[in-house]
Amino acid sequence: MEHQSCIFEYRTLGLVLAALLIMTAVTVGASYIDLGWVNIWIALMIASIKAGLVLVVFMHLKFEGRAVILSFLSTVFFLAVMIGFIFWDVGFR
Amino acid sequence: MESVKSFYETPSPAGFTGIWSWLITFDHKRIALMYLYAILFWFILAVLLGGVIRLELMFEGKTFLRPELYNSAFTLHGVIMIFLFIIPALPAVFGNFFLPIQIGTDDVYFPKLNLLSWYLYMAGGVVAVVSLFSDGFPDTGWTFYVPFSISTNTNVSTAVFAAFILGFSSMLTGLNFITTIHKMRAKTMGWLQLPLFTWSLYATAWVQLLATPVVTITLVLVMIERYFNVGLFDPSRGGDPILYQHLFWMYSHPAVYIMILPGMGVISEIIPVFARKSIFGYKAIVASSLAIAIAGSLVWAHHMYTSGMSDTAVFVFSLLTFVVAIPSAIKVFSWVATLYKGAIEMTPPLFLSLCFIYLFSVGGLTGLVLGAPGPNIHVHDTHFVVAHFHCTMFGGTGFAFFAALHYWWPKMFGRMYDFKKAYIAAVLVTGGFMFHYVPMFILGLQGMPRRYFDYLPQYAPGNFFAGFGALFMIAGIGLMMVNLFASLARQRTVPPDPWGGVTLEWTVPSPPPLHNFEKDPDIPDYPYDFSKIVAAGSGSRPKGA
Repeated sequence: MEHQSCIFEYRTLGLVLAALLIMTAVTVGASYIDLGWVNIWIALMIASIKAGLVLVVFMHLKFEGRAVILSFLSTVFFLAVMIGFIFWDVGFR
Repeated sequence: MESVKSFYETPSPAGFTGIWSWLITFDHKRIALMYLYAILFWFILAVLLGGVIRLELMFEGKTFLRPELYNSAFTLHGVIMIFLFIIPALPAVFGNFFLPIQIGTDDVYFPKLNLLSWYLYMAGGVVAVVSLFSDGFPDTGWTFYVPFSISTNTNVSTAVFAAFILGFSSMLTGLNFITTIHKMRAKTMGWLQLPLFTWSLYATAWVQLLATPVVTITLVLVMIERYFNVGLFDPSRGGDPILYQHLFWMYSHPAVYIMILPGMGVISEIIPVFARKSIFGYKAIVASSLAIAIAGSLVWAHHMYTSGMSDTAVFVFSLLTFVVAIPSAIKVFSWVATLYKGAIEMTPPLFLSLCFIYLFSVGGLTGLVLGAPGPNIHVHDTHFVVAHFHCTMFGGTGFAFFAALHYWWPKMFGRMYDFKKAYIAAVLVTGGFMFHYVPMFILGLQGMPRRYFDYLPQYAPGNFFAGFGALFMIAGIGLMMVNLFASLARQRTVPPDPWGGVTLEWTVPSPPPLHNFEKDPDIPDYPYDFSKIVAAGSGSRPKGA
């Protein structure tokens, strides 16, 4: 029963795959347009959404318990801090 | 209790004997011992390499090594000590053996994953050895800094790949420990009933799990740079060499806390047992472990003050570095306060723990010199840094490892070692340590750079004395190992609680049975209540073999 409820339909998986490919194309395309400091935020935002989709759909985070979701959110927070703190350097050079 | 078979006599899975009962075991205690033997092998090898380095530096000019070999010797010494000894030593050996017992359960949550971690560790070690015998010894130092690491012709890729594999072993162990503590501790054991060693492993496991992926990815980037020349760290192609340092230290500074936190947990176990007194500030020590794990993950760029990063970053990371000193100081204060008015029973584990407190304090306080950007500029990349680092890592984690060996050895093997030889070894190592690293502090303040093959004449006396200290240390470590392993020739006569400890591992036979507990253990309301031990008087006075 539990296994049944954890399976996404092929249509959903296909749509997510298409979304990931489109966002990859958008990332590549955006890198050719010089938007100054906005470029990096666009790239990071798209990458975050892509990672989120993979985790929620392909890695079944949607069906996990609170502890696993909390662990995942702590890694997101950790990553955000790590990337954010580099801007103390890059942003003020 | 005497009739219970120990885990040595009951293989898991059942039916396998000899070497197979070890190589495919799921028993956390056997896996811990396999880690112990492997880790001691690497440790001795790296100690000898360190001795080679100091012997070369004892006299001006070339003594017996070519400069290229000298570079490889310090690289190997660093890589082996960091990735194959200090990072895994305490969690993999003593964490594996005692974490399940301390929380009243029979194994870790993922026993097969535990065995896989050991195999990954061994595979990482084998790949590190392979890197030595193909295309020249790696010569980058353990930090693999770009641009040198992506341009040198030596076999950096294989060495980096070894560290990559070892990273996975570390992550899986961390994952296993977190899950075990959450899911498998005794039902009546609340969070504030956990022993402090278990707490330290819990804090460490989170750092292992969250920070290690950063370095594994970074090391892959180094390989990509070497093979495909993408330009990630090349300024002429839009890359940033300082980015490598950020990524590397994002893991490698928290890794310092992966190394030291379990050591602090060991000391927090040993001090109250031999002071016959409840640990001072249990909750403060728990909170400080978590605070060190969190704050310690945010200070990585204090290794980079001279790298050319922005002054704002220098200010922020310096401030955060000083914040980390607070929880570390809370621990040291709590240990000393535990000893105050305690009924102190001197034993080799306590003696080594006291050496730890002293040496680690020297390391911590000299860290403040390095954490302040002004003095840091002067001593950056000098012998001062090397001495500071070894005071925290060897004086800290190394001595905690020695203390843990002497504390839990009777439980793991059921045999007691000779106290007198243990004391002599501890004095030799500690005395040699001071003789070795104090001259290096002075050399660093005088301006002698680290990793240099030769030096100016004014640095000769300091290097000569440091070499002497190294010889004493090596002799002490040799005696310590001989003394411990000589005990294995004796009969198993150690009772369940030879020291008068009160955590759960002292309620089971020495060595423990396969499933640790014959019946559900009684979980004390507070893990460090010595009232019964004190009431029993000195009847359980510890004795050497």
